[in-house]
Formats: sequence, structure tokens, C-alpha cells
Amino acid sequence: MATILADTEFPAAPGGTPAPEAVVVRFAGDSGDGMQLTGGQFTLSTALAGNDLATFPDFPAEIRAPQGTLFGVSAFQINFGSTAIETAGDAPDVLVAMNPAALKMNVQALKPGGLVIADTGEFTKRNLEKAKYDVSPLDDGSLAKWDLLAFDISALTLESVKPFGLGNKEALRCKNMWTLGLALWMFDREREPIIQWLKDKFRKNPVLADANIAALNAGHAYGETAELAGPLKQTHLDPVPTAPGLYRTVTGAEAVSLGLVAGAQLASLPMFFGGYPITPASAILHNLAKLKEFGVTTFQAEDEIAAICSAIGASYAGQLGVTSSSGPGIALKGEAMGLAIMTELPLVIVNSQRGGPSTGLPTKTEQSDLYQAVYGRNGDAPLPVIAARSPSDAFECAIEACRIAVQYMTPVILLTDGYIANAAEPWSVPNPADFAPFPVTFLETNNNPDGGKVLPYKRGENGVRPWIKPGTPGLTHRIGGIEKAIDTGDLDYSPLAHQTQTDARKAKIDGVAKGTPAQEVTQGTETGKLVVVGWGSTYGPITQAVRKARAKGLDVSHVHVRHIWPLPQNLGELLKGYDKVLVPEMNTGQFKTVLRDQFLIDARPLAKTSGQPFTIAEIEAAIDAMLA
Amino acid sequence: MNDMTPIAKVQTTLKDWESDQEVRWCPGCGDYAILKAVQRTLPELGADPANTVFVSGIGCSSRFPYYVESYGFHTIHGRAPAVATGVKLANPKLDIWLVTGDGDGMSIGGNHTMHLLRRNLNCQVMLFNNEIYGLTKGQYSPTSREGTASPTTPLGSVDRPASPCAFALGSGARFIARAYDTGKQLPDVLKAAYHHKGAAFVEIFQNCIVYNKDRFADFTEKAVADGHQLWLKDGEPMLFGKGTKGITLDRDALTLKVVDVVANEDGKPDWQGAGVIVHNVRNKAVAHMLVDMPFGPFPMALGVLFDDPRPTFEDSLLGQDAKAREGKEANLAKLLAKGQTWTVAGTAADPV
Repeated sequence: MATILADTEFPAAPGGTPAPEAVVVRFAGDSGDGMQLTGGQFTLSTALAGNDLATFPDFPAEIRAPQGTLFGVSAFQINFGSTAIETAGDAPDVLVAMNPAALKMNVQALKPGGLVIADTGEFTKRNLEKAKYDVSPLDDGSLAKWDLLAFDISALTLESVKPFGLGNKEALRCKNMWTLGLALWMFDREREPIIQWLKDKFRKNPVLADANIAALNAGHAYGETAELAGPLKQTHLDPVPTAPGLYRTVTGAEAVSLGLVAGAQLASLPMFFGGYPITPASAILHNLAKLKEFGVTTFQAEDEIAAICSAIGASYAGQLGVTSSSGPGIALKGEAMGLAIMTELPLVIVNSQRGGPSTGLPTKTEQSDLYQAVYGRNGDAPLPVIAARSPSDAFECAIEACRIAVQYMTPVILLTDGYIANAAEPWSVPNPADFAPFPVTFLETNNNPDGGKVLPYKRGENGVRPWIKPGTPGLTHRIGGIEKAIDTGDLDYSPLAHQTQTDARKAKIDGVAKGTPAQEVTQGTETGKLVVVGWGSTYGPITQAVRKARAKGLDVSHVHVRHIWPLPQNLGELLKGYDKVLVPEMNTGQFKTVLRDQFLIDARPLAKTSGQPFTIAEIEAAIDAMLA
Repeated sequence: MNDMTPIAKVQTTLKDWESDQEVRWCPGCGDYAILKAVQRTLPELGADPANTVFVSGIGCSSRFPYYVESYGFHTIHGRAPAVATGVKLANPKLDIWLVTGDGDGMSIGGNHTMHLLRRNLNCQVMLFNNEIYGLTKGQYSPTSREGTASPTTPLGSVDRPASPCAFALGSGARFIARAYDTGKQLPDVLKAAYHHKGAAFVEIFQNCIVYNKDRFADFTEKAVADGHQLWLKDGEPMLFGKGTKGITLDRDALTLKVVDVVANEDGKPDWQGAGVIVHNVRNKAVAHMLVDMPFGPFPMALGVLFDDPRPTFEDSLLGQDAKAREGKEANLAKLLAKGQTWTVAGTAADPV
């Protein structure tokens, strides 16, 4: 058997054992097998071991798809190492396949020479049929280009939990912990945090806790035995050199939720969150529903439209209104966004993008709602758009969205995507004191210099109108979605009013760019032959691809844009300093079109719409082609 | 009985509730009468303009907020209930009047109307029912009667109309009332709605003089009013036609029935003798029968049909939130550092 995980590129560690810089492991099983849980706990142990990491949970839209089927396969990939990790990894080094379907759906992604760990207990005739295998791939030599470690995990699990008297079904559920135990051994990880977690998770049922811990320990012990027999090797990855401080893992959905809480605090406002269940955005509503003590009110509305309208109502009444959804729900909110634009009320709209159009790919990632965010409303309806590039970046982006919303009295769209929402990465826990507060002031006295009636649409600095809470004595006034007169806001659809107000709304949003940082070069030089321009979750693969290309001596730089609308003021000039512009996107070229439109530059697309993130290799190949 | 809405009474006059905006409804529109009735009622309620918010959707009725000197929000088609929910949850002290119509509230916004009533948000819902789309020039609406000829139904509509009050009752509303634009009883109905703590649903028949003129004349005209209007009052017998007719329960068929009532020797109607039933605003079963009473064989049931309060949405939700906050501190730094954390130690060169 070949040695696993050894990559000749990497220097040998002291003692002669080849030490890889990074390893990619994919856990794949039935959607009921608990693969996401296994992956999550493995992530935690990896973080505690001091490795950098990135994860990619990939699961079906069905909650419990029929057992053993190809479409019911759920996978969790983690890339971890002793250097900076920005993607979940192109190809796995190790695939743990809990059944034939999981093997079939994932094995082709495995690196040549990689290791397959398969549970023979699940390779029954029936399961092989469900996975459309005529002959067991474990026996027919079709896995020859990989190393294979096939044994009966099911039986070993049953054996390990026997003393606890569980039913067969319950006992088999411990399989994922057995597998996790083996994985922990393989990468020299502590079991203690997982044991604590299991005790906590099953505190109402200590027998289940003990059974799962026994399975975990048994899997771990098996590693040692198997190593003695030869096929399995233990690998140790050194901790990544990291800035000192407190760390935790965070998913994008968690980071958005925390960022919104922080944003509301920095604005000195209570937050009102109106939401409606939709994949993959629901997690934000779930998270915030548990944070009442932070002045958060959550409201599960009857539909997407009611969700945003209730948030608009709350903003009107003086709270920070927030709503969140994914593409189809955002489409439904479009008219109400126009109302917030027209009435000039602050609002944050989070879009966790997924594959579209229509229902599309509910659980898969895509960046195809950029046009919708920038252009997708009736009328001339500009609003600021911000895109988070990673789970941890989503925290700062959410704060930024809150800031712009209240400082400019405007709805703001924050774009994340399914990948960012679900993926986890280590996060240096920020200190709230490091963020500059932006407390809101409400108008409380008449702003009419002539002493007449209050002027709710009298524009001040940056063309921003005052925020007036109903309940304020002496300032009664009416607002609405219909065009309005200058200053008074009275109903007025005269040519002058519409021209003036349309211009004013546009100028106000354009002006947001004056208050945002100049675009920096993320990696590389300020001029050159090629710049790769990215936005959102392509950050990881672009960073790595550009790093590799530059290491090869190629003249390529990386510019990653957070402020999608309005664009940074210097971006046009910056991009014109490069001979060529490449824009990798998980859509058919939307940001590329915006860049062409705004700057008249020959931006070239690299489009991917498979529901999967870019691999580093795909972007590297495109860079090579552009510079060939 | 109902709890009074705890709002400090403020001295105002009708004039104080008139905004400086020119009213733009068609001359003779029933909306004028409703606007005046509301502006007359608010001072009597001791309402405070600064604390009052009129929220509307789209349609003729939804222009209403512009004409009332209070806070007002003219939102988008059908969505006023959702906006109002956000306003009330953000500031439960505000007194909210929702203005909608049969198209706005029963068609495009039917879903939101249902959920506002089901949740029991404390507000007054005035649904102006003119059985037509006025602002878009006369198309038939979800409350138009079968056979209504309109630009979109030149051969007459074939679908059966929805009954707003039956819809509201079915949605779980705890207060259902009916009135009509020019009726002198409208202020009293509005006051009852105001004093009901919870979602108070008031259907107001409104005459669209351009596209559906006199649609309700067969019970609103003075000459026929007595014989065709059944004004319901809690604890009083269901009499109409100046006491010559009443409503009884057919106990075999379990339906309502119109009966003749003769006068006693003292000249007062002997309604007990005729078996006329007494209105109990808490009786939901009878309320269902009243809202479904077919007009023609029966009079139009008007006034407060049902009034049986339950805890409001904002009290329940915000109360639950307040309880959840008890004893917890809002420490953001601690929140950020929650869950499984680890510390990367500093070095001598770079101490933590």
C-alpha cells in the first residue's frame, strides 16, 4: 500500500515522516448519517489543534432523502493545515464513504493516490443497487488508483456500543462518532472536547452519551490497531503561525447575525428582524431569535413580502429594520425595497444567494443575484450593495450595512451566499470597542426655518433626510410610496418633483462612495499585465490561485471588491492600470458587466454555475490562459 | 369588558385632525363621509395626533392618511397590515388605524389581512368595501356580486364574492363590525372598535359614485333603512323595521329566521313572544350566522357583530421577549466570544 497523505512537494518533517502542509478530508454519507455533525465536530477539534481551516458542507435539498440513494448523499469537506487556508480545497486527500452512494458521488473528486475509507457493512446488494453499481466497487478493481481501507464500520460500531443495550437502529446511529474517532486518531487530535460536547448534547439521555463516547473511543482505538497492520498512518500537522488572541470558529450565518447585533448596538438602536423561512437564509433568523437580550425583536412573517414590510414599519417607528432571504424571497421583496427607497427609511436586506432562477438549487451556492441586487427593482431605484467575501468577513460587512443604512436613510443589500452561510472558518474574536460607533439622532423639533410645518424630506448633509419617529409631538407628517414634493414630502407627481427627487435619490446613493474606503489591491501590484477581480465568496480560490501564479513568476494581481454599489471611487482608474481584467464569478458574468458598464473596460468573465465553488485549479488555468 | 387602550386623553377638535392637503376623491364619494366621521370621532376618543398612525395600502381608500393630521404611512398595495405590524411591534404605544379596501385588503393583501387578524395586533382595521376597483377605473373586485359587468368582465363576473366579515371571523378576528359611509352610527362603531383591545375589523360599505353607484342603496336609502338594517347592540333583542320584525333562531334547522313582532298592550314590541333572540357580542356561532345572512330575505346586519377580546400579539410577543431578557446582560464582547474558543498564546516578541 502506498503511504497516504504524503505529498512530495512538501518538505519532510524532522524524524523523516513526510509532513503535508495541508490535508483535505471529505466525509460523505446518507443525509441521515450525521455527516454534517461529524464534520462540524472534526472542524472544532482541528481548530483547537491550531490548524487553519475552511469547510464546505454540501447537502441535498431533501431533509431525509430515501436511504442509500445517490441524491440523498450529504458531504462535508474540510481543508486544514499548518499554513493559511482560504478554500475548502480542490480535491480531497481522504474520502470517508459511509455507503455505496456516497462513494459513487464523491470518489471521482479524490486526488489520485488518495485514501478511501469505506464501511463494508453498508455495501449490501440492496445499497449497491440503489447506488447503481452492478458489482461492488470494493471488489472489482475500479478503485485501483486510490488506496482503499474497507472494513465493517457498522459491525465495529455495534460491537462497541453493545454494553448499552440500544436498539439496532439507535446503535447504528453511533457510526458517525466511530468514524469521527478514527479521523481524530488519523490526525492526532484530542477527543476530550468532543466527549464534553457529547455529554452536553445528550445530557437528558446519559446512555446515548455513553454509547456515542464508546463509539468514538472505539474508532480511535481502531486507528492504532490498523496502523499496526499497515494501511493507515497517523499524520500530525503543526499549528499554523497565528496572531495571538482569542479564536473561535464561525459560519457566515453566525457572523451576519453577530454583525447585525453589533451594528444595531453601534447605531444605538433596537433591532427588528422580519424573516420568513428559506434555505439557506433561515439560520440568521434562528440565531437572532435567541438574542432577545440584545434588544432584538424577531418576527416570523407570513411571507417574504410581510417580512420586509414589517421591517420597514419598524424602521419607520425608529428601530433598525432588517430582513433576510435568498434569491426567490428577495425577488418577492423587490416592490417593498422600492418603498424603502422612496420613503428613504433605513433597512438592511441580507441575501444568502443560492442557485437560481426560480427554486433553482436551494442548498447549493451561486452569486447570480448581483443584477437583482444592483438593478432589480422597478423605477430608478438605487441602493447600496455590499458583498461579504468569507464567513468571518460577513461580520464586518453586516456592521457596514447597518452604518450605511442609518447614515444615508436607505435600504442596503448585503450579499452572502450558500457557501459563506454554511461554511466555517477560524475567527479572531473581535473586540466591539474597536468599531467606531455611529449613533443615530432622531429629529425632535421642527426643522422648518420659517416655522411652518415640519419638513420630513428636507435634505441635509449628503442629501440625507431626517429620521422622525411617530410619537414625536409636533412633527406629524405623512410619507408614502408616491412621488413627493421637495422638503415637505407632500404628495406631488409634477415633472419638477419627480425629476428633482429622482436626481436627489441617485446623488445620495452615489455619494455613499465618498464615505467608503478606496479600493486596495488585495494581492500583487497596482499595475501589471493581469488583474483578477473578485467579489464575495470567490475570495478564497482567487487568493490561492493568484498566490500560486505569482509564485510561478506570473504578473497577476488580485482585487477583491466589497462595495458593489456604489463602486469604490478609485476602482475604475485602478483597473485601467492593468492590461487585462479577469472576473471569476459563480454566475454567467454579472459583475463583469457592471464593471464594463461603469468603466468601459474589457473585463473578461470566468463563469461557473454548477452550484459548487471554484477550485483553485480552475482559476489558475484561467490566469494561465489570459497570460499565454 | 374590554380594557381601555391606555393612552392619555388629549383635547382636540375636528379641525385639529384635518391636514393641509387638498382632498382628491371624486365629488360625492363615500370616502368623504368616512373621513369626516373619523375626524369627528378622534377628538371624542381623546386621541393624540402625535401618537396616532394611519397606515394604508393602495387604492382610493388608501389615500386616507394624507388627509388626517397625524402620522401617516401610505405603503404599497395590500401590504399595510405587514407594515402596521412592524410599527406596532417597534412601538406598541402608538395607536394604529389601518385603512384598506376590498381590492387592497381582500385580494392582493388578503394574506396579510388574515394574519394580522389571526395574530390579533392591537389596531383598528377599516375596510372600505365599495365592491369595485375604483382607482384603476372600475374593474370588478373580490367582493363584487355575481354578474358584475366591468371592463374586465364585460359579460358579467362569474365568481362568487368574498364576504369580508366572514373572512375576518374565519381568520380569527375577535372584533367584527359593520357600518356604512353616510350612516350616523359610524362614529359609535369606530369608538367600539377603538375600545376593543386587539385587532378590530370594521367593514364600511362605501358608495363609489363613479364605478358602482348606489350599490348599497337597497339598505342605505332613508326610505328602506328601517326595514333593511338590523343594528346589533349587545344585550338587546335583534329587532328591525321599527320593532315590527326580529331575528329568531330556527332551532330545528339551526338557522336564523325573520319573524313578525306584534306590539304588547303598552305599544312596545312583544319580542319575547315572537322568540326574538338577544344579541350577545361574545357568541361566535351566532356571529357566523349574522355575517352570512343573505341580504334580501334578511336585513343587513350592522353594528358590532362580535367582540370577545383575547391577548394581543404585541403584548404576548413583547412580553415573552421581555421575560427572555430578564437577568441577562447584553454583553456583546461576551457574545462574540461564546461557544468553543481557543487562545493562541503570544510569544516574547509578540506578547498577547
